[in-house]
Amino acid sequence: MKYGVVLFHTTSAVMRAEKLLLEKGYSIKLIPTPRQFSSDCGIALRFYWTQCEQVKSILDAVSVEIDAIHQM
Amino acid sequence: MIYLDNAATSWPKPREVLKAMTDVLERAGGNPGRSGHLLSIEAARVMYRTREYIANFFNSSDPMRVIFTINATHAINIVIRGLLKPGDRVVTSSMEHNAVMRPLRDLQKRGLDLHVVPCTSDGCLDLEDVSQAVNANTRLVVINHASNVVGTLLPIAEIAPIAHSAGAYILVDAAQTAGAVPIDVQAMKIDLLAFTGHKSLMGPPGIGGLIIGDNVDTSIIKPLMRGGTGSQSELEEHPEYLPDKFESGTPNIVGVAGLYAGMQWVMGRGIDTIWSREKELTRVLIVGLKNIPGVKAYGTLDPEKSTAIVSFTIADRRVSELGLRLDEEFGILSRVGLHCAPAAHKSIGSFPEGTVRLAPGMFTTMNDIKRTIQAIESLAHL
Repeated sequence: MKYGVVLFHTTSAVMRAEKLLLEKGYSIKLIPTPRQFSSDCGIALRFYWTQCEQVKSILDAVSVEIDAIHQM
Repeated sequence: MIYLDNAATSWPKPREVLKAMTDVLERAGGNPGRSGHLLSIEAARVMYRTREYIANFFNSSDPMRVIFTINATHAINIVIRGLLKPGDRVVTSSMEHNAVMRPLRDLQKRGLDLHVVPCTSDGCLDLEDVSQAVNANTRLVVINHASNVVGTLLPIAEIAPIAHSAGAYILVDAAQTAGAVPIDVQAMKIDLLAFTGHKSLMGPPGIGGLIIGDNVDTSIIKPLMRGGTGSQSELEEHPEYLPDKFESGTPNIVGVAGLYAGMQWVMGRGIDTIWSREKELTRVLIVGLKNIPGVKAYGTLDPEKSTAIVSFTIADRRVSELGLRLDEEFGILSRVGLHCAPAAHKSIGSFPEGTVRLAPGMFTTMNDIKRTIQAIESLAHL
């Protein structure tokens, strides 16, 4: 199973995203930001890559600002 | 002991607050947002959960615009020192606490065009005076929601449109009202709300906040402090993102956890219920004091128009002596003097002596109030 990771500008956005996605039943995990992608914010949100579009649209809908999304 | 100094800080705190504060260190003792491990993430969750709770509590739409501060003074200074420039006009009232007056007077020395609208001796404000004071250069109207000296509530929802008509923001000092009186930042059109956690929100000292309205352009407010935020660590420049822009350094996670528990406790009882109860205590206290010859009480003397504060003096008696005797002979804890608000005392006519301030709180009983009236009665006679 492939993972994707969402990077955010601030930790508060990570927390907001985590709460939203957990409420909607997504299987996600907060992990230290993988160094190959960024040193932007200490925590990143890992998700199943197959759910990439859903994750993106949920976060867009409530205007949680995303820095970047990468496949792991 | 009868604690009547809740306007300075509420006491005692609900047990839940103390428990939340020890729990958070045991369970979520990491540095929020700084590391990716379990304890750090849990601490960040506590922070965010509280941010969201605060936004809901004051009906603000965006938790990212809830900034944690040390106290209301810190929140006020972020706005005053971050936003204002020489030549800007600022309108404030003569009932302000030094948390507002001192930063404004300091900037006035460096070119700020400060206008202080005089209030009446019961602490009220004439809206017409505010309208006349604002002009096209007005950048900010700073106003307390209620006076810390006499408790008089100011009509924020009516002052806000006056500020907006001049293109200015309104900054409200809600130190005395947050948790005690309903506050809806959208309905009241408040752009910037400064509050503290340790008064009627029942949290510990050392935590407060600033709520920034959606319409406020934060790019024109410089942060008071710059430093580590856990974000954009590759940059040596401070980030513009909220809330990080105004929150540098390791936050007071223990205070945040205590504040969350305190606000939950307040919500559980309901602000309207709390306010009604405090109004009743204040009403009895006012009536009791009015009946004592020689006692002069200040303010509107109408609990519907103020928070739970009664300020008084006794003719020819030093307030310091009255406060000491209340404490030593009756175990009643009050606060005497100028209450860090010389401008307010000048407005009500009690400067420089000050007043004895009695401030009932959520744990004050009617019996406490009756004993206090009896104590003041006997002090007035001797």
